[in-house]
Amino acid sequence: MWLYEKKLQYPVKVSKCDPMMAKYLMEQYGGADGELSAALRYLNQRYSIPNEVIGLLTDIGTEEFSHLEMIATMIYKLTKDATPEQLKAAGLGEHYVMHDHALYYQNSAGDAFTATYLQAKGDPIADLYEDIAAEEKARATYQWLIDMTDDVDLQDGLKFLREREIVHSQRFREAVEILKVERDKQKFF
Amino acid sequence: MAGKKQEMYDEQLLQLQEIDFVLLELNLYLDTHPGDIQAIQQYNQLAMKRKQMQMEFEAAYGPLLHYGQSYTKYPFQWIESPWPWQV
Ligand SMILES: [Fe+2]
Repeated sequence: MWLYEKKLQYPVKVSKCDPMMAKYLMEQYGGADGELSAALRYLNQRYSIPNEVIGLLTDIGTEEFSHLEMIATMIYKLTKDATPEQLKAAGLGEHYVMHDHALYYQNSAGDAFTATYLQAKGDPIADLYEDIAAEEKARATYQWLIDMTDDVDLQDGLKFLREREIVHSQRFREAVEILKVERDKQKFF
Repeated sequence: MAGKKQEMYDEQLLQLQEIDFVLLELNLYLDTHPGDIQAIQQYNQLAMKRKQMQMEFEAAYGPLLHYGQSYTKYPFQWIESPWPWQV
């Protein structure tokens, strides 16, 4: 089971109302390499992965939910004071018509989240390589998001998230090595 | 919350976020390096310190956890604002 802790993993500040940036951030909310996708991917892979890496998938998958909450907080703060006119000017006119100021699991182009963003091959090496690729794609996306804004408060939160992707990628690479050692052991006996 | 209390809250919250970050990093590291005795000692020491900090934080600002994992004063404090995205 899971417990909710009533605090963010890292402080989220924004220095202005910026619905255009909120639209771009949706890529990491409901996009292919976003935080929802990451959390669901890792937690779902746990049931077929060897025991040695179940703990890692559980812990990183759980951390991804705290990143999802940070992205939601950014989008919420960037849009909460926006008028319908401002939303329309930012390309969120359709979003306003469908959802008002509600958040929705969609990417920056407005496409709804889909489970087809996730793979589960049941082959541990294939699954972990997918996880490494997902982390690297998320890291690249965070860099591009940082490039799209001059809001230093927002950039600070995005830089934290970018660094987390680097750590996750590193841990998944170590998990691959652990499984290779286990696999080679089995060959000798 | 306003003024001095807000400042204190922000400061104590940041201290919790900092120690939790170290604990999370140690946790992920130990997931792939389970035999590192020094990291385990650091993990247990910080876990103890974290429990103490949580109790102090909750006494001042209310529960961090639900489902009976934190104490509450009257009336039920869990439902009180602010929620994390409102801070
Ligand atoms: Fe990640």
